[in-house]
Amino acid sequence: MKDNSRAKIFFAIPYISWLAVFVIVPIGLLIYQSLTNVQGSFTLANFHEFITSNVYLPMAFNSVFYALIITLITFMISFPAAYVLSHLKHRQLWLMLIILPTWINVLLKTYAFLGLLSKSGIINQLFSTFGLGTHNLLFNHVSFIFVAVYLELPFMLLPIYNSINEIDPDILKASRDLGAKPINTLSQLVFPLSINGIKSGIQAVFIPSLSLFMLTTLIGGNKVMTLGSAIELHFIVTQNWHMGSTIAIILILAMAVTMYFTRERGKRK
Amino acid sequence: MDKKVLPVIEFKNVGLSFDNNTILKNVSFEIEAGQFYTLLGPSGSGKSTILNLISGQLSADAGEILFDGKVINNIPAESRRVNTVFQNYALFPNMTVFDNVAFGPKLKKLPKDTIKAKVREMLALVKLEAFENRAIQELSGGQKQRVAIARALANEPDVLLLDEPLSALDYKLRKQMQSELRAIQKRLGITFIFVTHDQEEALAMSDWIFIMNDGKIQQNGTPVDIYDEPINHFVADFIGESNIVNGVMKQDYLVNFVGKDFENLDAGMRPNEAVEVVLRPEDLDLVPIEQGKLVVTIADQSFRGDFYEITAIDDDGNEWKVQATNPSSVGARVGLDFGPEDIHVMRFNESEDDFDARIESYEGE
Ligand SMILES: Nc1ncnc2c1ncn2[C@@H]1O[C@H](COP(=O)(O)OP(=O)(O)OP(=O)(O)O)[C@@H](O)[C@H]1O
Ligand SMILES: [Mg+2]
Repeated sequence: MKDNSRAKIFFAIPYISWLAVFVIVPIGLLIYQSLTNVQGSFTLANFHEFITSNVYLPMAFNSVFYALIITLITFMISFPAAYVLSHLKHRQLWLMLIILPTWINVLLKTYAFLGLLSKSGIINQLFSTFGLGTHNLLFNHVSFIFVAVYLELPFMLLPIYNSINEIDPDILKASRDLGAKPINTLSQLVFPLSINGIKSGIQAVFIPSLSLFMLTTLIGGNKVMTLGSAIELHFIVTQNWHMGSTIAIILILAMAVTMYFTRERGKRK
Repeated sequence: MDKKVLPVIEFKNVGLSFDNNTILKNVSFEIEAGQFYTLLGPSGSGKSTILNLISGQLSADAGEILFDGKVINNIPAESRRVNTVFQNYALFPNMTVFDNVAFGPKLKKLPKDTIKAKVREMLALVKLEAFENRAIQELSGGQKQRVAIARALANEPDVLLLDEPLSALDYKLRKQMQSELRAIQKRLGITFIFVTHDQEEALAMSDWIFIMNDGKIQQNGTPVDIYDEPINHFVADFIGESNIVNGVMKQDYLVNFVGKDFENLDAGMRPNEAVEVVLRPEDLDLVPIEQGKLVVTIADQSFRGDFYEITAIDDDGNEWKVQATNPSSVGARVGLDFGPEDIHVMRFNESEDDFDARIESYEGE
């Protein structure tokens, strides 16, 4: 027993060191920065400012609002898609087509959208060919949400697909056998039985969406200000690391809250 | 059997293929209301496929399926008055026992009180009254099986399909569930179609058995008929233990095998037609040499609880399985005895209709 637990500790050393250097220490530094001011003395002023100035709260609201919309849309596409996918013949192929784009760097895909949606992009070329004129497709809320949904979709779809795929097909047969229409089966069995996949999907989409910042600039044209873009601003442009850290800490808290509400409950073997 | 009653289910030349693999070929049969039917056959013979065609989970490529005289090929599964008990139970893990059983009645939007009464009635039928609020994960295999039966019956089907429902249970529980299922069927008076590959189970439970092999019905009949008069080698071998040897039907009521002529009770074949001869181990007796029809040497003997299973070899080298109440000694030479009624003759490639007609022709009088 003793040897065994020693061996365990030994094998855990790389992970624990990683955790310490790249997670615990940085968070410690963030907390320290957020609780200090330029002079280096401890203060709650940063948090006070976050709450009282009328800049950050609307930004926080914006972040949550857009993350919610992105999550909702990806879910509404993913759940039916995952259900259909699990019934397809060549699902490995279809799945591959969904996974493939996730291997490409996010920045590359974002630039691809710039090419697609810009004034001289393919879409506008098509529009003008059909005499519809050219339109401003970029730098607004819709293009921001559209591209974000595109990028996040696989992370919602895959966990949902996996949990739907794990449902015993006989359960769905039994439901039909007992007189259930597809909609009954979907709402009373498929949805509740894939709830853990749905929760994972929500975590995987909502949490990163809270801190989106590249997209906000490149696609949203800074029309959309989120906490993510605010952090970028403070660290890179205004060099106010204390305020940046404060926002980061608040973001981390928001993520923790999300994790709590989407945790797996009543796990059964 | 004079079939004046309309069959509840009828298959007319039903065929089915998966990706160019023919699974069922020209399957035709009738199911009468209120009986206990069994589909018996080896793995892959098409038993589940037939159940899936009846329930509507699969649709036929060819032929017609009738329910109460009406073609139902295009009626979706959820609208058929048939329910299924699945082999692995397929209970809904996110619901309690009560909600599982109430699933069908709730879909029918019955009043709450009616649903409650129905569920209680069904749980009482399978002796699970006290388990209403249990989670499915908290049930034993036998209890899950009972819930599955109650859930299927709560929909008040005309026909209950059971796909190897007892195969996951241990021997004792299986025996108990066999008699309970039979009792439930008698009490409700509805039709059961039960699938198994256990021939003992089929013989013990059924009013009528369909023997399947290779996507075809080989023979159907009462357990006694099928046991006593198997139509071919496959059925004889599959149902019960049997000794099968080649022979020649010299004339009506006279068959030759292992080089000797024997009187028997079969008739209606061509003179000198090559046949197969079946003798059941329990119909064979070991006697002193001079009283036997054949002389055999005991090669092996094993105790089986209520009998000894003995393997004996005749002078031509044929093996004979014998069930005896008394032990013998290995190596002893003894006589093997049987009567004319113990010899059953089977023709090669005889169709079921020809077989029935021939039996009728000489037994009918
Ligand atoms: N979805 C399918 N696709 C292709 N072939 C199938 C499919 N379902 C069944 N089969 C084939 O059909 C044949 C009959 O299958 P079926 O499930 O009816 O057998 P069974 O008699 O119920 O066997 P078991 O006792 O093993 O359950 C088998 O050869 C099987 O491989
Ligand atoms: Mg089967």
